[in-house]
Amino acid sequence: MDDKPINQKAWFLVLPVVVTVAFSAVVPLMTVVNYSVQDIFDPHTRYFVGTEWFEQILHDSRLHGALVRQFVFSLSVLLIEIPLGIGIALTMPRRGRWVSVCLVLLALPLLVPWNVVGTIWQIFARPDIGLLGRAVNALGIPYNYTGDPTDAWVTVLVMDVWHWTSLVVLLCYAGLQAIPDAFYQAARIDGASRWAVFRYIELPKLRGVLMIAILLRFMDSFMIYAEPFVLTGGGPGSATTFLSQLLTTMAVGQFDLGPAAAFSLIYFLIILLFSYVFYTALTHLGRGANR
Amino acid sequence: MTLELDAVSRVVGGETHIDAVSLRLEPGSFNVLLGLTLAGKTTLMRLMAGLDKPSSGRVRMNGVDVTDVPVRKRNVAMVYQQFINYPSLTVYDNIASPLRLAGLSKAEIDRRVRAEAERLHIDHLLDRLPGELSGGQQQRTAIARALVRDAELVLLDEPLVNLDYKLREELRADMRELFARRRAVVVYATTDPREALALGGNTAVLHQGRLLQYGPTLEVYHRPASTEVAYVFADPPMNTVDGTLTGPAIELDDGTRLPSAPHLSGLAAGRYRFGIRPSHLSVRRLSPAQAEVPATVEIAEINGSETYLHVRHNGSAWVIQQEGILDFELGATVTVYLDPARLFAFDRQGRLLAAPTPPPPLPDLRA
Repeated sequence: MDDKPINQKAWFLVLPVVVTVAFSAVVPLMTVVNYSVQDIFDPHTRYFVGTEWFEQILHDSRLHGALVRQFVFSLSVLLIEIPLGIGIALTMPRRGRWVSVCLVLLALPLLVPWNVVGTIWQIFARPDIGLLGRAVNALGIPYNYTGDPTDAWVTVLVMDVWHWTSLVVLLCYAGLQAIPDAFYQAARIDGASRWAVFRYIELPKLRGVLMIAILLRFMDSFMIYAEPFVLTGGGPGSATTFLSQLLTTMAVGQFDLGPAAAFSLIYFLIILLFSYVFYTALTHLGRGANR
Repeated sequence: MTLELDAVSRVVGGETHIDAVSLRLEPGSFNVLLGLTLAGKTTLMRLMAGLDKPSSGRVRMNGVDVTDVPVRKRNVAMVYQQFINYPSLTVYDNIASPLRLAGLSKAEIDRRVRAEAERLHIDHLLDRLPGELSGGQQQRTAIARALVRDAELVLLDEPLVNLDYKLREELRADMRELFARRRAVVVYATTDPREALALGGNTAVLHQGRLLQYGPTLEVYHRPASTEVAYVFADPPMNTVDGTLTGPAIELDDGTRLPSAPHLSGLAAGRYRFGIRPSHLSVRRLSPAQAEVPATVEIAEINGSETYLHVRHNGSAWVIQQEGILDFELGATVTVYLDPARLFAFDRQGRLLAAPTPPPPLPDLRA
């Protein structure tokens, strides 16, 4: 052992981070944990209930319905937005003055506040006065998102695609721009087909940004709240009630704080688990391809 | 295959990148394309490959005009400064990829991939992905991919620049051997005069889009056609100073007086630009014929096992390349020894008039 006095100064340097993280994440989270295991009436009247709220919420059929809806929705979002985003990024010009025009057009949906997106689509898709709603009906397809569950569901999905595909496009576009020109030249000299260039150069090189895009789109769509809330209010019936809306209804609408807290924790763990699964899967897929 | 460029130019947006280059490269030849950064080396290679079309002039392969033939219809391979491999394919599949596109049989592909990998000393890495290799190994993979299909024209665009010193030396040593006994025309672009000398073959000196000189590397080195060539093809660059030749004596503009040398006897009396290589200047007397120039030390930089001494004498700056690591005090006065027999003489336009006799070649010890 060396006989130098142990320097404890380093602890002071980490302290700001510890304090910040504690107040921004750990303390609020612990509050939720606190609510999830107790039945609280007022500051002085509370009972420890153990896992009762968890059991109750896990047997709640409203949660089951919302969970299935949520998974189908997030999966659809990924299946549509990722390929579409890659496709649009590939067709965008690489240089010239059209680049900025394209980028600004793409960024527009991202600049709209989420509840405004809901409002836009609420009016846009209305069968009586909305441009989209009237157009679809004029084509002979009966469409009414306020009355038909399928129509409502599809509208929410289309709205999300409109809102968020741009993000995937921008990420992919940045990834594509980062590929040195020499790769394309080498492929041209090899006589590689367009598909081979995509499959063996562009796709492997996009792995990093696609991982970010998939994670972001999964987490975001899994937590979707404002847009369907404004557009359909979760209806008709519960056709578009996703997890976060159900949670809000439970916590704020019915003031069932205990079950809502248990729900929150389960919700959080699901997102954590799936993000981890995606991350691990994507890291192992095409290992070593990041050079 | 013979590659012939006939007054090839490339103008982009009113700017001339390549200015009427004419060049004939023979099959089986190793050609170094030497030029500073932005001299047009890459542009010229793209024209040779057919990646770009010349603005004017013709490109011929084996006498056939291929100016309008796209790159994939020509039998060309190229290696880049960056290590270009398919990131998701193993070394084996990377090397095999051009052969698969060519539709060869599995057995033939396997044989050629393994042979090429062995020649590049990467046969133990065939199952790895490019991301798991060192820079040198990645570049060896890229070179193997370029060579495996026996292209008629192999273009190497500064392939060693991004490698560490040791790896660069290793791969450069392997380079000539790789191309020996091939029928291909090999073109190797570099900014480094020492690399050109190490690789041998022929050298084409490119400067600001113009071809200055083409010939056997040593000949270009010993008889640079102009001060520009001497500048590009030397590191540190050749020292030049204007002066007057008066029969038996030379008076340089900085006041130095030297006796003339036999190789300058054919020149008429008059004004010339004299050049001398830094390696032919010395701070120690090496022969009685050397003239003495007192000079002031400005900078001494150590490069490998040599010292580059920057000195000044009456307004003219000289660089001296001295063996060994030497310590000089800045501002100190040193005597520079200069042998008139090693002087180059250029006319006022910079064209070479007289060059020192190169040293006799050493007997070939390799056999």
